[in-house]
Amino acid sequence: MADVVVERGRVARATGARKGSSLRNALGRKSTVAFFLTLPLILLILLLVLYPALYSVHLATLNKAMTKFVGLSNFTFLFKRETFWMVVRQSCIFAITAVVFKALIGFIVAHFVHNIPAKGQRKWRGMLLVPWVIPPAMSTLAWLWLFDPSYSAFNYTLSFFGVGPIPWLGDTFWARFSVILVNVWYGAPFFMIMYLAALKSVPDQLYEAAEIDGANWWQKIWHITLPMMRNIIAITTLFSLIVTFANFDIVRILTSGGPLDTTHLFATWAFQVGIQSSDIPLGACVSLFMVPILAVAAIFILRDVNKRGNEA
Amino acid sequence: MSRKTLTRRQFVAATAMSSAALISAPYVRGAYAAGKLSIGFWDHWVPGANKASTDLVNEWAAKEKVEVSIDYITSNNKKIELTAAAEAQAKSGHDILQMPSWWPQAYSENLEPLNDVMEPLLKQNGEVNGTVKYLGQSGGKWLAVPATPGSQIKGPCSRIDLMKKHAGIDVQEMYPAGGAPKVENWTMETFLKAAEACHKAGVPFGIGLGETTDSVDTAGAIFQSFGAELVNAKGDITVKTDQVRQAMEFYKKLIAFLPPDAPSWDDASNNKWLISGRGAMILNPPSAWAVAKRDAPQVAEQCWTHGFPSGPKGRFAPYLPYFWGVWSFGKNKEAAKSLLVHLSAPSSIEKFVAVSGGYDLPAYANMNKFKTWEEEGPPKGTLYHYPDPHKHQTLSIAASPAPPKIAQQIYFQATLTKMALRFARGETMDQALAWAEGECEGFMRS
Repeated sequence: MADVVVERGRVARATGARKGSSLRNALGRKSTVAFFLTLPLILLILLLVLYPALYSVHLATLNKAMTKFVGLSNFTFLFKRETFWMVVRQSCIFAITAVVFKALIGFIVAHFVHNIPAKGQRKWRGMLLVPWVIPPAMSTLAWLWLFDPSYSAFNYTLSFFGVGPIPWLGDTFWARFSVILVNVWYGAPFFMIMYLAALKSVPDQLYEAAEIDGANWWQKIWHITLPMMRNIIAITTLFSLIVTFANFDIVRILTSGGPLDTTHLFATWAFQVGIQSSDIPLGACVSLFMVPILAVAAIFILRDVNKRGNEA
Repeated sequence: MSRKTLTRRQFVAATAMSSAALISAPYVRGAYAAGKLSIGFWDHWVPGANKASTDLVNEWAAKEKVEVSIDYITSNNKKIELTAAAEAQAKSGHDILQMPSWWPQAYSENLEPLNDVMEPLLKQNGEVNGTVKYLGQSGGKWLAVPATPGSQIKGPCSRIDLMKKHAGIDVQEMYPAGGAPKVENWTMETFLKAAEACHKAGVPFGIGLGETTDSVDTAGAIFQSFGAELVNAKGDITVKTDQVRQAMEFYKKLIAFLPPDAPSWDDASNNKWLISGRGAMILNPPSAWAVAKRDAPQVAEQCWTHGFPSGPKGRFAPYLPYFWGVWSFGKNKEAAKSLLVHLSAPSSIEKFVAVSGGYDLPAYANMNKFKTWEEEGPPKGTLYHYPDPHKHQTLSIAASPAPPKIAQQIYFQATLTKMALRFARGETMDQALAWAEGECEGFMRS
């Protein structure tokens, strides 16, 4: 009997020791530490991103009075609205045009800054980042004054050359041009700084070798710079596409979606429908339409990044 | 000798009960015996006007022993609407929230009925106009109390000199200070001719064609003066009628005489237009004139606020009342009601009007003849006709008489200005009407 007790005690101790050591091992593992370190962020994302996202899905399935479940009928209702398809088209025009110009300008300016001697480069970098650092709602108010019908500084300047006045925000073409211009002005520095960082990581030897082979500047860009920057270009484009698609403040402040709804984006129209017209379920539906569009873009762009990562 | 012993169980129960009593009755204490009250007021444009609200609330709070907290919420970028939406969703927030015109109807299910407040107020202050009833009442239930701060008429504010010189209209003679208006000839036709003349002279009328309230309110009054309704009171779509066609034809003619970038105007654009001296008339409450008094006194002394021109179906002026609502989930509804009675007392209303320089308009019939409107200037009497003291026009809101939940969408989607602009920009009448009809069908969702 006593032997058995001793045996049991020994077995129990051994199991306890094993459990203790496996817990210690688990806690000591790098992945566990990393998990605990990121846990506050994960909780924040769950609280501030996942919960509102799921809540908006729930809202999108309610009727206007928010009293009963209507399934997908809000979505089918939207499909029949002319303004909705106009908003889809405009959001695509806005996001794609703005991202292309931001990328192009960012790429060119990054090259200029890269070629400035290291001593003066910091000043230029700082100055060029200013538009991106100012809160967009504030800088857009300044742009609003520049486009203002009564006091437009642009029209005042153009009047000296016998041009204008241009209805910057009153005509569909000019209004779209203006909102895209402000978005490009605001977002190009982000591309510039990302591309500059990528440029700095391209080894100089590659350019030297290309020079010896007699490559001209275009061949150097096409065969060295662009391939070396592919991943950063893809990721920057994706991030910017998401942010630009979801833009709200620039359009809201400059045009409120006008004239004749021709500058509305998903977010501004969702606000108008959901908050101003008190149709929160329909507003939630409009904003949820961004998700599949951006998800498709994300899949394509990130798949490409993975492929290249594997190649590397 | 008998001694009562306290068992452990009794001690725990007694402690728990006293703690619960302390926690559940935090408001029963000396200075603030009647509890707390949280208020969300509209942040007034007019500098110093919030002080009137603060003083009146504090005066009431001291008398009633209520601890009050006030948040002044700006209407810029729809902060009040956002606050109302958030509080209605969360079922928590201010006890009293000041709401713009359409919001009592939008949140009717979440608002405390205020018939017991309104009935004595109507006896005391006089009746309210049809628009206040349309926006503030639902099924015989008062959803909110009309607030004086923020309520406004968006009538014409004309330049005396420019209208006389270019359009041959003496607005002071038409609307004499202290006297009844002489408006037999002040019709939509005269208005259009004046718009053309001022346009030719390089000082066009500053009327927006955008999607914000000033543009929509003007369109609303003009459509109503032609008897044009997109949706009638029963909720039937009535876009394709002769009245709507007439209003559209009129608007097309008018648009030709407006500034080319009027489609992009927001609610600040017309103010700037007047203050910059570039236009002969805007349709706005006297806030533009008040700013001109400070920034461009030479413009301000030529401004005259007056009534709207009449159309074939009457003379309508855009009217936007604000309301004070009490959430049904509020914690101190009785105190909230008591405060609303205090804020609606004639002396309080007079104070609101005086402090806002005449901008704020009481909704009640007996409250439109305060001295402020007679005395404000320069020029003296410029605001005399602002509150419509001779009741010569119907105070209305755009998209009425459609059922409010449909009208709210017509209003905020700016369907009236958009259809007029579409027609003016080259769409045929049938195309513009078909578009508007499609929009209205979409607004029928329940």
